[in-house]
Amino acid sequence: MARTLITVPPNPKKNTVIEIRALIQHPMETGLRPDVEGKLQPRNIIQRFECRFSSGGKSDVIFSAELFPAISANPYIAFNFRATQSGTLGFQWTGDNGFTQAETVSLVVV
Amino acid sequence: MKTNQILLNTINFRRRQILAATVGMTCYVVIRPVFGAPATLDTAISEFARGTKVTFGTATAGKVKFDIAELIDNGNAVPISVSVDSPMTDADYVVAMAVFNEKNPQREVIKCRLSPSAGRAQVSTRIRLATSQKLTAIAEMNDGSFYAQTVEVVVTLAACIEE
Repeated sequence: MARTLITVPPNPKKNTVIEIRALIQHPMETGLRPDVEGKLQPRNIIQRFECRFSSGGKSDVIFSAELFPAISANPYIAFNFRATQSGTLGFQWTGDNGFTQAETVSLVVV
Repeated sequence: MKTNQILLNTINFRRRQILAATVGMTCYVVIRPVFGAPATLDTAISEFARGTKVTFGTATAGKVKFDIAELIDNGNAVPISVSVDSPMTDADYVVAMAVFNEKNPQREVIKCRLSPSAGRAQVSTRIRLATSQKLTAIAEMNDGSFYAQTVEVVVTLAACIEE
């Protein structure tokens, strides 16, 4: 399990736009760099990031991103979301070698 | 003795040819995906826009705002932020955003899909830059129009050099 750091503002007011920041520990090996023996290291990147918002049995993808080797190690992505109601934010990372990781954060709108 | 020598030479020669061919093949196989299509920044942009006209902003004005330092000390983790001037309502919103580069091994950097629920069309991340180059941020609106902004940056320490 890779370590993740997700920042969601606590208790945002209804209808305010909040910034959601998601960071995950991952080497994002490009597949272009040689190792100490001069052989190319195989590519190992996160290919996709997705964020869903679920509330009252309804779940929508609110943001998704396709990542390429030009994204730095430990990918950091920040995006915005209008907090209209309380619910759960689901984060999902998928990548090479069957890498998947999911995290959930609850959002309480006041 | 002499025929043996000639035979040996021929074998050596063929061995070299085969060796050379093998090395050539390996290079081809290894390098091809790296420098594979799309080859240039312009083709990457027009491919993303599916041939539609892209409106580029000027250095001071434009629909797309591309925030990045002009002078970059470390190309391994360059903070970037792309925002689009859009109300993000159900009638008028940004569908997709992407960043392309000119001189990295691969043209694509990131491609994002947004929805009106975002409230504000802004995405930030950290990227790698192999050398001083041009970068283009492009946004697709829900009416099918495309807007872009190009910036030029200087990189002093390139990414992907250290082991």
